[in-house]
Amino acid sequence: MMAMSLFKSVYATLIVGFLVAPLLVVLPLAFTSGAFLTYPIPSYSFRWFSELVENTVWSRAILNSLLIAGSTTVVATLLGTLAALGLRARNLVLSSQIRTLFLLPMVVPAVVLGVGMQALFVRFGINSTYLSVIVAHSVIAIPFVVISVSGALGGIDRRVERAAESLGARPHKVFFLVTLPLAMPGVASGAALAFATSLDEVVLTLFVAGPNQRTLARQMFSTLRENISPAIASAAFVIIVGTILVALLLLLMRRRSA
Amino acid sequence: MIKAAPMRALLLLGPLLVFLGLFFVWPLVTVIAQSVSDPSVSRVLNRTAAAIDGWDGTGVPSAEVQAAFRADVVANTDDMAMGDVTRRLNATKSGFRSLMGKTVSAVKEDPDIDLARIDDRWTDTAYWQAIQDNASPYTDAFLLAALDLERDKSGNIAAMPEGTSANATILLRTLWTAGVVTFCCLVIGLPYAMIAASVQGWKRSVLLGAVLLPLWTSLLVRTAAWMIILQDNGIINQALMGLGVISQPLALIYNRFGVVLAMTHVLLPFMVLPIYSVLLTVPGNLMNAAASLGAHPVRAFLRVLLPLSFRGVVSGTLLVFMAAIGYYITPALLGGASDQMLSSVIAFYATGSANWSMAAALGLILLVLTLILYAVYNRLSRDPVEAR
Repeated sequence: MMAMSLFKSVYATLIVGFLVAPLLVVLPLAFTSGAFLTYPIPSYSFRWFSELVENTVWSRAILNSLLIAGSTTVVATLLGTLAALGLRARNLVLSSQIRTLFLLPMVVPAVVLGVGMQALFVRFGINSTYLSVIVAHSVIAIPFVVISVSGALGGIDRRVERAAESLGARPHKVFFLVTLPLAMPGVASGAALAFATSLDEVVLTLFVAGPNQRTLARQMFSTLRENISPAIASAAFVIIVGTILVALLLLLMRRRSA
Repeated sequence: MIKAAPMRALLLLGPLLVFLGLFFVWPLVTVIAQSVSDPSVSRVLNRTAAAIDGWDGTGVPSAEVQAAFRADVVANTDDMAMGDVTRRLNATKSGFRSLMGKTVSAVKEDPDIDLARIDDRWTDTAYWQAIQDNASPYTDAFLLAALDLERDKSGNIAAMPEGTSANATILLRTLWTAGVVTFCCLVIGLPYAMIAASVQGWKRSVLLGAVLLPLWTSLLVRTAAWMIILQDNGIINQALMGLGVISQPLALIYNRFGVVLAMTHVLLPFMVLPIYSVLLTVPGNLMNAAASLGAHPVRAFLRVLLPLSFRGVVSGTLLVFMAAIGYYITPALLGGASDQMLSSVIAFYATGSANWSMAAALGLILLVLTLILYAVYNRLSRDPVEAR
């Protein structure tokens, strides 16, 4: 039994290391003063962070990413939340089919969707515009919003809404004063996931974005292909820290609403 | 009030249904249409295509068909498009290249000239047959080519000559790589999920956190991390050389090893989480019960825990395999030229060589494979009580 539990601990530690170590290895390299992404680090500096800000290729990419991810979050959260509310209706015809359709963008290979979107957007004359990128990102961000808002709505006790109705509240008042506040944590985490999805999206962007819509992820992808510059590690640092901050923010919101 | 409810649901669902119809379903339909469409001949020779449809394929087509053909040649102003047509016809029946060149200049000079007087070949059934074969705006040629198949002279499906197309090789490679990744995830993930489900408190939080953290981190960042670790002067090679184990850096990147390692890391959470959530529903004292009844731990594992976790194993396996066959970024960055998977080839045909029909045909195969896997997954992962 001792040997068994020792084996379990060693195994679990190894796999935790395998999962986490790659991320930990990248972080210190963001602060290297050298020109290469290798250990040992010659000395620490913010050289590559200033590269991100001062080099217009990177700073433009960061601004593009914020603009596109921000717009995607608005579009996806709005459409996804409305749809999740619609899916609550009882006796809805084809409800499981509609739900499957809403989740499919998560399943369909991005390259296939990219080929189709590019062909269609070229025909519409909107390819290589901010509009085409935001639309493409919204399509694949929507499933995350639908899932997380549906989850939050599923946890609402319908008797609370009925109580409000029986006390004379009109439907829109019930919605804004009861349903929406209760569903808010789900909406917020859906929005965060939509933002993160857009920030990390590369494949669709390759197909539907032009040189002017180069996003941070797209810029990282081509830098990785051409020459591995330490600016990559700095960009990765920004993304990792950003992710942790968003996660903490969500955790705080959950705490407060609970 | 009761009648208003479905109306309200429709108003709420409507915007997303329209949005996804326009920007999700339509693009996929475009891919499907593109993979079977072949407009290059029918667009230029549109009158001929309409007229030759009724020809029975014996002798030479009627005077009307020939007149339609001459009219198409005269009406065409796009030399590039005509070049495309010639190339296509020449692929079906060699000799068309010189015949078309001669015919186009002769017909442009005299629109009413008798085709047989320009060249003898216009009295040969085989040349007209080639036009009829290519006249349809639809073709299965791209879908067949995606599987390294083609139609032979008599119209039967046959394998392409060895070495002319690598599509089938790439398809098999994609399935094989995805299979290896899935296997690695299962071998690593199943014990991990079992351990995570068997411990409590902070240990469980750490084990779950380690799975969720990579899931939350950008895919691009994780792939970049592996590139940094595995490169020739990366941390692994430096450590091994420092220890004197090796004198030359090992090739860990731009090969299959790097692709499988990084993809296993990226997809492991999709294996662990479904198994873990199924194991949580298994009562914790079952293993103790088996032990108290005298079962050896190995036997208890094989006869009790493994069958109970089977549903999670199947879900995780399908999920990982489904995601792996469509992967683009990781193989593109960590693989060499001979490790590229289906997605890279589709991207190459679409953006690199502008062969949209070929890209669409390969895309359709990937799409169908993924949807079949998803349908199976969906069916299995439904609540077993409800499914019954």
